[in-house]
Amino acid sequence: MAKIVDRKPLSLLEKTNIPQILKGLYITLVNFFRPKVTLQYPDQRPVIPNNYRGVPTLVKDPNEREKCVSCQLCEFVCPPKAIRITPGTISEEADTAHVEKAPQEFEINMLRCIYCGLCQEVCPEEAIFLQDIYSINGLSREELVFNKSKLYELGGVLPDKHYKWDKKRDDALHGNENH
Amino acid sequence: MTEENKTVTVTIDGLDVEVPPGTNMIEAAALLGKEVPHYCYHPKLSVAGNCRMCLVEMGMPMRDRATGEAILDEEGNPKIGWMPKPAIACATEAAPGMRIKTDSELVKNCQEGVMEFLLVNHPLDCPICDQAGECSLQEFATDYGRGASRYIEKKNVKPKRTRLGPRVTLDDERCILCSRCVRFSKEIAKDDVLGFIDRGSYSTLTCYPGESLDNNYSLNTVDICPVGALTSTDFRFKMRTWFLKRTPSICTESSTGTNTEVWSREGVIYRITPRRNDAVNDTWMTDSGRELYKLVDSEKRLKAPAINGGPAVLKEALERAAEFIQGGSIAYVGSGRASVEEQYLLKAMVKQAPGDAHLIGRFGPGDGLLLAADRNPNVRGALLTGLIDKVPEAHLKALSKKIDSGAVKTLLVHNEDLLAVGITTAQLKKLNIVYLGTHENATSAAAKVTIPTLTVFEKSGSFVNQQFRLQGFAQAVPGPAGVMPDMLVLSRLLALVSKQECALDNAEAIWASMNKELPAFKGVTFKDSNISDGGLLLDGSTFKSFNFFDSQTLHYDPQTS
Repeated sequence: MAKIVDRKPLSLLEKTNIPQILKGLYITLVNFFRPKVTLQYPDQRPVIPNNYRGVPTLVKDPNEREKCVSCQLCEFVCPPKAIRITPGTISEEADTAHVEKAPQEFEINMLRCIYCGLCQEVCPEEAIFLQDIYSINGLSREELVFNKSKLYELGGVLPDKHYKWDKKRDDALHGNENH
Repeated sequence: MTEENKTVTVTIDGLDVEVPPGTNMIEAAALLGKEVPHYCYHPKLSVAGNCRMCLVEMGMPMRDRATGEAILDEEGNPKIGWMPKPAIACATEAAPGMRIKTDSELVKNCQEGVMEFLLVNHPLDCPICDQAGECSLQEFATDYGRGASRYIEKKNVKPKRTRLGPRVTLDDERCILCSRCVRFSKEIAKDDVLGFIDRGSYSTLTCYPGESLDNNYSLNTVDICPVGALTSTDFRFKMRTWFLKRTPSICTESSTGTNTEVWSREGVIYRITPRRNDAVNDTWMTDSGRELYKLVDSEKRLKAPAINGGPAVLKEALERAAEFIQGGSIAYVGSGRASVEEQYLLKAMVKQAPGDAHLIGRFGPGDGLLLAADRNPNVRGALLTGLIDKVPEAHLKALSKKIDSGAVKTLLVHNEDLLAVGITTAQLKKLNIVYLGTHENATSAAAKVTIPTLTVFEKSGSFVNQQFRLQGFAQAVPGPAGVMPDMLVLSRLLALVSKQECALDNAEAIWASMNKELPAFKGVTFKDSNISDGGLLLDGSTFKSFNFFDSQTLHYDPQTS
C-alpha cells in the first residue's frame, strides 16, 4: 500500500522563489571568501600520504643490487593476474652470484593491475613496492605492460633494513668461526 | 587363514588396524589416514632411522615373565607397558597387540624439538629454492614446528651450487642428512658414489673423490630429496612448482611403460617425474626418459599438412592420401610408439585397403632396471590389435625387396623414419609416401602427402607394456594450432578410403569396437583404458612363445613371463 506523505502547501512568498534565490546567492557569497580546496591539477599536485598504493614498482637496495629473486609469489598472489615473471639464473661470475636467482623478465600489465598491494605484502625480499605514482598513460596497450627496466626505473632505490644477502655473503666468506 | 595372509592387529591412537606382518608404523598409520611426519624413511629404500622425525610413543601388552600369560588390569583388558622413551615409527614393525600414540604431548614435543634442530642451520633460502611448494621441511615446519626461531648464533656455512653430476646440482646448506640419496645410489642405482664427510653439524654430502653422480637414474635422488638440497639442473629456476599442473602419463622410452607425471603450465611442459606404480617402476624413472618432453617444442616439428612438400589444406591432403591408398600396391608401416587405439585404426585401414603391415623394432642394451632392450613402448599393443603377427625386426628387408620388385608402390607411414631401417633414399623416391607424424625426417621429406600429428603429451591413449599391462596416458598440453590427434586423422582417412562415415572417431567408439572384435580386450572398456592408477594386466599367453628380444627390468623377467 502506498504511503501518503503530507506536503505542506507553499506560502505565497515561497511561490515567488525569491527567498530561495537569495539563500543560494548567500551561500555562494560565503564560499567565495573561504579558502580554496580544489587543486589546479595538473599544474598543482596533491601531497601523497605514506603507505599510498600507487603503481607497483621494483626497487634496488642502496648497493644497487636488484632485490627481486623471482620467487614468483607475487605472480601467484596477484588477483587479476597482472604479473608475469620469467625466472632466470645469476651467472657465477657476477658480484651477486651468491643470490643465484633473479628475474630474466618481469612484466606488470598496468591495464590489469587493481592496486591492491598484495604483491608488496607477499614479497619475501621486499623488492616490490606500490609507491606514490598515481598517474600513468600510454598510447598503446603494449606500452602499459611495464617491463623489468621500466619497473626499476620507476622504483629506484629504497633504504634496506636487513641487507640479508650481504650478510649471507659475509658469512660465506668468513665461515663459522668454530669451523 | 593361511600362513601368508596372516595379519597383525595394532592399535594406533585408539583405533585398530590390521596390517601384514613386517609393516612399519608409518605405513600402518597411513592406512588409518594418519600422517607420521618423516624425512629419511622412503617406502622403496632400506630404513635408516636417522632423521628422528617419526618418533611416536609405543607400548606392548605386558606379560607375566614366569608363565607368559598376559597381565590384565581390573577391567580385564590387557595392561600395556609403555616404553619409557619414544620410538621411531619407521623402524618399528607391527607386532600383535602393539599400541602407538602419534599425537600425545610427548610426541608433539619430540616433533617440535626435531624440527628445531633440523632448522638450526637451515639457510631459509625458500624464495630461491626450487623445492619450495613441495618441501617436507616447509610442510612439517608449519604442521609440527614451533613457528619461531630461538637461534641467535651464526649459522653454519656449507658449499652451495655444487655440481654433483651433469644433471644434479647440490646445495649442502639445505641438506638435512637424511641419506635417502646415498641409499638410493647404493641400493637401487647400484652406483655407490655419494656419501657424507665431516662430523656433527659440519657433515656434508659429497661425491667420492674423482667420481660424479652421472648414472642414468641420478635425477631420482632429486625426486626423493625431501628438501631442496638436490635439484635438477634442467628444471632449476625454470618455474615454481605451485604453478604446474600434473598429468598422468606413460614414458615412451622403452617397453617398461614407466608411469610418469607431466608437469606443465599454460601448455608448456617443464618437467617429467615418475609416478608410483609398484608393479612397474616403483617410484623411479630414467634420466633419459625425463628429457623426452623436449621433443614437443622442437624445430623439426611438423605443423601444417603438405602435398609434395608445398603447404596444403588438411582436407586436400587427406583426399590426396586417400587416393594413393585406394590406388593399391600399398604397404603400411605402423609404429610401436603409437597408442593401442591408433594401431587398431591402422589395422582397420589395412582391412579396408589390404597390404602388408610392418612395425619397426627398436632395440638397445637394457640396464636391468627400467630401461628395457625393446625401445618401443607399445609393440604388445600392435600384436593384440592384430596389426602385426610377429615380433618386429629392426630392418625391414622384406619391404625393401618388395619396393625393389615394384610390388609396393604406395606406403602409409605412421611417425617412423624408414631411412634408419634399411630403406634407401632412392627407394623412398620411387614410392608414393603418405606420412602421418610429428617430426620432420627423411621419410617425411620424401613423402607425397604429409599430415602432422601429435606427440604423446598432446593426446590421450593407452599403451601395452612388456608385462601386457594396459596403461593409459592423458593429454598434458594442447598440440600446435590446427594439428589433429593421430586418432582423428586416421579415422577421417579411413572414412575417405571406405567412402562411408567412420564411426571410430573417438576413443569410446574405438574401445567399444575393440571390445567386440578382439578377444584380448574382451571386457575392457574405454574407462579401463583411461586408468592411470596401476594399469590393467591383459592376457598375453597367446604370445608366450614369441621372442621379444626384451630384457629384464625391475618387475619383469623375460624368462618367467
